[in-house]
Amino acid sequence: MLEIVLISSLNGVLFGMLLFLMASGLTVIFSMMGVLNFAHASFYMLGAFFGFEISRHVGFWPGLVVAPVLVGMIGMLVERYGLRTVHKHGHVAELLFTFGLTFIIQELVQMIWGKLAVDYRVPPILDFPAFTIFSTEYPAYKIFELLTAIAIFLALLLVIKRTRIGLVVQASLSHPEMVGMLGHNVDRVFMLVFGVGAGLAAVAGVIAGPALVTQSNMAHSLGPILFVVVVVGGLGSLGGAFIASLLIGLLQTFAVASNASLADAFGELTGTGPLAAYLGDIWNVTVAQLSAVMPYLLLVLILIFRPRGLMGTRET
Amino acid sequence: MKKHLFSTAIALSLLGATAMHAVAEDTFKIGYVDPLSGGGAAAGQIGLNQLKYIADEINGKGGVLGKQVEIIPYDNKLDPQVSLLQVQKAIDQGVRVIVQGNGSSVAAAVESFVTKFNSRNPGKEVVHINHAAIDPSLTNDNCSYWHFAFDANVNIKVEAMTNFMKANDAIKKVYLISQDYSFGHSVADAAAKKLGAEGSGIEVVGNEFVPLQKVTDFSPYIAKIQASGADSVMTANWGNDLQLLIKAAGDAGLGVNWYTFYAGLAGTPTAIKQAGLEDKVFQITEGVNNIDYQPMQEKVKDYISKHKDAPIYYPRLFNAMGMVFKAVEEANSEDPVKFVPKLEGMRYADFIDGKEGFMRKDDHQYFQTMYISGLGALGANQPFDEEGTGWGWKVAATVPVDETIVPTTCDMERPN
Repeated sequence: MLEIVLISSLNGVLFGMLLFLMASGLTVIFSMMGVLNFAHASFYMLGAFFGFEISRHVGFWPGLVVAPVLVGMIGMLVERYGLRTVHKHGHVAELLFTFGLTFIIQELVQMIWGKLAVDYRVPPILDFPAFTIFSTEYPAYKIFELLTAIAIFLALLLVIKRTRIGLVVQASLSHPEMVGMLGHNVDRVFMLVFGVGAGLAAVAGVIAGPALVTQSNMAHSLGPILFVVVVVGGLGSLGGAFIASLLIGLLQTFAVASNASLADAFGELTGTGPLAAYLGDIWNVTVAQLSAVMPYLLLVLILIFRPRGLMGTRET
Repeated sequence: MKKHLFSTAIALSLLGATAMHAVAEDTFKIGYVDPLSGGGAAAGQIGLNQLKYIADEINGKGGVLGKQVEIIPYDNKLDPQVSLLQVQKAIDQGVRVIVQGNGSSVAAAVESFVTKFNSRNPGKEVVHINHAAIDPSLTNDNCSYWHFAFDANVNIKVEAMTNFMKANDAIKKVYLISQDYSFGHSVADAAAKKLGAEGSGIEVVGNEFVPLQKVTDFSPYIAKIQASGADSVMTANWGNDLQLLIKAAGDAGLGVNWYTFYAGLAGTPTAIKQAGLEDKVFQITEGVNNIDYQPMQEKVKDYISKHKDAPIYYPRLFNAMGMVFKAVEEANSEDPVKFVPKLEGMRYADFIDGKEGFMRKDDHQYFQTMYISGLGALGANQPFDEEGTGWGWKVAATVPVDETIVPTTCDMERPN
């Protein structure tokens, strides 16, 4: 039991940190521009493929730096020449724009790297088990993922809370017109934030790529869950996104570990009527089988009972 | 508008030209109805490459009954509805042999459509050559006289795999993990019943279902397998769900053996190599390239040299087409009404090993020697590696034809 709890906690925290890396950029963009950026997970995918391509030629570490910068620049271009133009036509147009962008990016990736998974490897220097608990090895690479995510969280917090640019970003979140009146170029702040957000997603892609599978559908599987993180954490709140990511990571991991079902709670279903036949399926579904639904259940509950999210300051 | 009219005119004249072409040249037409766009496109394209290769080969030898074989592709987008439209289109263009395989739901739709079409249109019968769909119902409760299955169905694969596992004394505790949908459940149910039976000497220590193509982090599942004390895992997972599972196992240093159905699919050998699981992942198929049978190895080398970007093929497609051509020659007719009886009960030397398989008359299921193979470093006479990993599939066990035979519930309706 202790074994499962310990290992599940570790796995949950790790998965949560990966989610946070991606959600941090998305939450800031969402709260500043009021637009749900559907293409955010696509920047994550771009990061993974850029990282792979660079690692093939000059190694993993240059990729970790160069790929996010490139993707961040692409993000800024998208904001400057795409979103800003579309912005005039309202939020629906922006939403559709980012939605369309996901398909374009996916098609481009397929054209360049094909539909099959690419062989993106963990750098040899990190390819060893860091420690062993209860006969389960823990790869050093996962510890590296964890440390990177924490470092980025701290750096972001520092920038937003302690620097001048952070102050402007914070002010633009709640009072963009006022910030504009004071002589700051709000458009440029938006562009910068969009670029940094895309870059952060790319960092997540570069470090998750070797651990998971790098292929052209990788954005699909993570896209929807990011929105859950943003809404649960609360708009514009980095701390909220951090807590929500961990919460979702742990929730999913512990759900998988559980084999409980209604049959365990209330005993086997007796009787053979039509009702029993209908209920039979539901009765024996384990919590583990529902693990993928858990985050969305949380989303629904939060929207009903606390619409501004865990740490948000305004209603969604 | 003018421009639009103009392009329509061009399109129409082009259509006319191709139609004329089809009429002008009397060929033996084979319609290939499989995904050529969307998610299944990679698998579908491989089948098309291979069919064209087969056609070129036989055409070089003078064709079938003196006619050139023509492969006509129809993209079904892996969608049952679209498939039926495409089958109808193929029939309208004079196709009487439909080759289809990807997706059991698609195969079920095509099988029932073809059966109904044939009963309503005597004299225009078509035959459905299924090269990949393995849902048992296709050759059991829903079997059809006009459908032939060339891949071993789920029941056969589970039977062969579990027999192999039961015969292995090192296997004591097995963990089952499958995707939460019809195929995963049919494998898990059959395997749990077979492995958990009295006297098998095997304990099933877990029967897990994972949401289909939704899980990103498989490490919690690995922790559960680890905690269960299993020495072997049997999984029906394929694609991402298998690759991520295996990579997570490699990360955690989980030292079990893996018994799979689809570890040979594109991308998975790469994941196995990355996880470092040498000689620990097994699959059951109708054969692998490294079987020591020279005629096959030479042809595979030739095929790969012509398709360097997609050096994958399906051995059963060679069997399927070889048998159709043989039946047509024997019947001296390309009318399915005449050559289908020749296919029934036909014995055929398999492409992969030259051993004889047979098409069972009762349910139109093909039975062939099955192989359990593991992925690892190659030895002598094993020239084929997978996806540039340096590792290839090596035979771990051979299941002779008579040990693969399972009963059928098929009660076939035959035309008078």
